[in-house]
Amino acid sequence: MTDNDILAAFADIVYDVARIDTSLVTPEKRFVDDFDIDSLSMVEIATAAEDKFGVSIPDSALSDLKTVGDAVAFISKAGVAA
Amino acid sequence: MTVRDVVVTGLGATTPLAGTMPATWTALLEGVSGARPLDAPWAADLPVHFAASAAEEPTVRLDELTARTLDRSQQFAVVAADEAWADAGTPAIDPERLAVVVSTGIGGVITLLEQYDALRERGARRVSPHTVPRIMPNGPAAAVGLRFGARAGVHGPVSACASGAEAIAQGLDLIRAGRADVVVCGGAEAVISPLPMAAFAAMRALSVRNDEPHAASRPFDKQRDGFVLGEGAAVLVLESAEHAAARGGRVYARLAGAGMTNDSHHVAAPDPTGAGAARAMSLAMRDAGITPDAVKHVNAHATSTPAGDVAEARAIKTAFGSSANDLAITATKSCTGHLLGAAGALEAAFVVLAVQHGVVPAVRNLDDPDDEVALDVVRVEPRHMAVPVAVSNSFGFGGHNVALTIVEAA
Repeated sequence: MTDNDILAAFADIVYDVARIDTSLVTPEKRFVDDFDIDSLSMVEIATAAEDKFGVSIPDSALSDLKTVGDAVAFISKAGVAA
Repeated sequence: MTVRDVVVTGLGATTPLAGTMPATWTALLEGVSGARPLDAPWAADLPVHFAASAAEEPTVRLDELTARTLDRSQQFAVVAADEAWADAGTPAIDPERLAVVVSTGIGGVITLLEQYDALRERGARRVSPHTVPRIMPNGPAAAVGLRFGARAGVHGPVSACASGAEAIAQGLDLIRAGRADVVVCGGAEAVISPLPMAAFAAMRALSVRNDEPHAASRPFDKQRDGFVLGEGAAVLVLESAEHAAARGGRVYARLAGAGMTNDSHHVAAPDPTGAGAARAMSLAMRDAGITPDAVKHVNAHATSTPAGDVAEARAIKTAFGSSANDLAITATKSCTGHLLGAAGALEAAFVVLAVQHGVVPAVRNLDDPDDEVALDVVRVEPRHMAVPVAVSNSFGFGGHNVALTIVEAA
């Protein structure tokens, strides 16, 4: 899976949880400042991403994921299932 | 200090009869039943497989994001509150003078059960982070409070099926005490789901008239056999009379008094003498500064249970004495079913409209009145009559009795 594939799939999750149009989910966007996503919804996004990509996103890592790009990079590095 | 008059300036409801307050009122006057068969697979195995489910899904009036973070009970609360607030003319109000009192009898039990399934089937990390805000008993109040930015206080008094009436009584107190100028108050309930249905059926509280859902809720009738579970919400905007006058707000009626007592008799069964319920009515009249002969109409709690309806009839006779026979009594659960924590708010709204329009809705399915009731219960057709003063009764498991006195607008 390329980072672009991850981004596209991740954008679907952001849409499901926060109803942000997928075209707006780009790497530089910040979850809190740009999308007004609260900490509860961030947990939902993380668990949905774990299910979709077969990775583990520990709570300690979650707080460092400030942008969409941070999340895509984390999932890519964590070894997303092919 | 003079007691501040409190008026009703907005109404909203989403019920088994319709998705709005005006459409619910119209259907009520037409004698429509909101009871319908439950065709979900889970219902087939229950002893009762019908209910008064909402006429309109709450999600049709909410944006998707709001809907997905709220329990169904909260969705109903927000829909009814939005309608009531718009109906009141979206009053301009300092947030620190705006309070919310919205109750539920049971809370977010549909979310609780869904998330318990998620826990068992998929593990702890798949339990939604929105679970606690959705199941807490103050959840509907919190959702409405956030919606309107209410900062004078947000409350959710809980007293089972009296909760919605208690919310209104608390709203009255908040304004009288000077803690708020406007209070959005009411009740919401959404528990048409396997466990609550089975649990009420286990108490033998529900009607088992499965072959005739429309005929199942029959308060004061000899053939009554239990209540019909309903869902939905009703919300009233209460306002100090000065505040409403200053902004030119339309006044439906005056909320003139409230009475609250407890039977302290049994956790679920009513005191058969009706003494506690009678005291609630007497206190509500005294609080309003009126005598029993001034009251022309009572919206009874009457849920269609064999014991409850007769105990209430006794209570009405005790509270009103020789004036009891001059009352036009109705029991609107015959049409709406029993909305539990929303019932008291919905019935208070019906009384407000009865006072405003001068009409008392008829009790549906009252074919053969119970001889032990022996009161003037309106049946077959609504009765057009002046209703200068009326009382709404609500009682709940736990022995709670709440009565509200509503008086026509000056």
